[in-house]
Amino acid sequence: MPTMPTTPKTMHTADPQAGVFDDDTFVLAGEKLGSRLIMGTGGAPSLEVLDEALDASGTELTTVAMRRLDPAARGSVLDVLRRRGIRVLPNTAGCFTAGEAILTARLAREALGTDWVKLEVIADERTLLPDPIETFDAAERLVADGFKVLPYIGDDPALARRLEQAGCVAVMPLGAPIGSGLGIRNPHNIELIVEAAGVPVILDAGVGTASDAALAMELGCDAVLLASAVTRARRPALMAAAMRAAVTAGRQARLAGRIPRLRYAEASSPGRPPVGAVPVTPVS
Amino acid sequence: MSDTPTARPASDLPRYDVAVLGGGVAGLSIAWRAARAGLSVAVVDPAPGTGATHASAGMLAPVSEVTYTEEPLLRLGLASLAAWPGFRAELEEDSGVAIDHRADGTIEVAGSADDMAVLDELGAFETALGLRVERLTGRECRALEPMLAPSVRGGLLARDDAWVNPRLVVRALLTALSRAGGAVVLDRAVAITPSGGGDLRVRRESGEEIHAGRVVVAAGARSPELLDGLPGAPDTPVRPVKGQILRLRGPRGFLTRCVRGLVHGTPVYLVPRGDGEITLGATAEELGFDQRVTAGGVYGLLRDARELVPGVTELELTETTVGFRPGTPDNLPLIGPAGPPGVVAATGHHRAGVLLAPITAETVVALLTGAPVPEVARSCDPGRFLP
Repeated sequence: MPTMPTTPKTMHTADPQAGVFDDDTFVLAGEKLGSRLIMGTGGAPSLEVLDEALDASGTELTTVAMRRLDPAARGSVLDVLRRRGIRVLPNTAGCFTAGEAILTARLAREALGTDWVKLEVIADERTLLPDPIETFDAAERLVADGFKVLPYIGDDPALARRLEQAGCVAVMPLGAPIGSGLGIRNPHNIELIVEAAGVPVILDAGVGTASDAALAMELGCDAVLLASAVTRARRPALMAAAMRAAVTAGRQARLAGRIPRLRYAEASSPGRPPVGAVPVTPVS
Repeated sequence: MSDTPTARPASDLPRYDVAVLGGGVAGLSIAWRAARAGLSVAVVDPAPGTGATHASAGMLAPVSEVTYTEEPLLRLGLASLAAWPGFRAELEEDSGVAIDHRADGTIEVAGSADDMAVLDELGAFETALGLRVERLTGRECRALEPMLAPSVRGGLLARDDAWVNPRLVVRALLTALSRAGGAVVLDRAVAITPSGGGDLRVRRESGEEIHAGRVVVAAGARSPELLDGLPGAPDTPVRPVKGQILRLRGPRGFLTRCVRGLVHGTPVYLVPRGDGEITLGATAEELGFDQRVTAGGVYGLLRDARELVPGVTELELTETTVGFRPGTPDNLPLIGPAGPPGVVAATGHHRAGVLLAPITAETVVALLTGAPVPEVARSCDPGRFLP
């Protein structure tokens, strides 16, 4: 596992599309990442299509389900990530209990040499919603065991805060159920989570199209994780490029600051100059 | 072939025009067609027909298996599907073995409204590609297949899809090959080495060798063991994709069509045979050559099948099998010259080895005899993975 030295947050982002208006590097668990788009691999029709989509996404961190994967097998998705120099974020998808998730995380740490884990403990197969109690239980124990834990949770501000206090390095609230493509069902809760969080907030699950990813970033999320929206699209690489642009656009919009929502029109020109504006001298 | 193998002059070795390494459906089809074309052929395999072919369900279903981004595979599959009736007629004629070829179509059903939304999108894609599919209501599905659950939301009927019993296909191919004068060497090939006069030698596990003008590597997921390291061959981009598959037995006519379904996003299929057997598959796991049948694998298949066809739980469970699909990065097979002159790859058929057997055999025999290669098979040239 290549690890980058920990350096201060003062560096231009590696993504040229992100622009250089601000020093705005994404730092996760002390590591700098040049992209705020985190990818998943599930649902890709072939490794080649996945490879093209990952390339188009510009991602530097991609999550892989460890439960049914042999890390030593040749030609696997891990090979694709290694070849592209993309950091692997193992996840515990498919686990229903804290016990299974901890076991899976330990196997992943041993196999991949990373202590990062996206903790996913599912409550039921129908909704694939995260089980908050099992998730919290597993998070506490994994943190104590030295893991950098990124828990997948519902859009619950109280749980997010508790997980941060328990030592998680990020929180990953859902926008909507996994694979549903329903977008962000409760933007208000996502805003509340962002407002209170001292660790990165990564919107995970529910993204259906580019505007959903942009909205997550506009709401103040630090990054977006998605898979199906890209892998199940008719043209996955094109959708990956769209997501990359959307995440960048949403982040820039967040930093730029949106204007207030007003009830009535307000002419942009002519009229009184806005407060603080420098009057333009007419050229004759 | 009982003499000591080492250091014999090449002229003493058993020599064939073609040695086919691997006796699955691909290798046996190639060998049979090559023998029919007048070449002397030997298939080398310790246990022909016991690999992925033995596990496979034998679906000839390019229409209902179509996926976004995979139109070249669709075109290849359609060409091979069209070749199947002629292939079957000659195979049954040559062997005297009936292979339970059935062309009653695939009915693909949805277990929920969400699954139906996915199927509707698939149906629109299939229609846009010019494929023949019909949208059915749940009741129409059940009129065709009364064993389907009342909860089935609807489905798609792909009338052009067909299926065969792959185990009978193997039996027929072995008989037809033998009748056409082909040999089967019950041993594992371990290495290919150049020999004098442009020929190749195949070393067997027993230590003995075979001398051949051309060597076809059709060893499925094990093909890299023979191809990797040959001069001019990069690492063969073939990996095992584990599949667990079940066989059930019930009354004849329990199902009449190949039933595929989507249950909460997970695909499952049931393939009925003339003798009452039903093949139920399959998992897809990236676990290397993991031979284990797992509780979760069997449970998931039965759970999803029961949702679509509640009566499956009353059937006898006669077999649980693991097979290894030879997967490639783009899901297209590798058919064509690979490595040193005279070596031809015919592997990487992933889920579609049985479907693609006729087009694979036609392509390889064309390469062996200098006939034109089918245009549609050009997408399978192993050269596409050369750096």
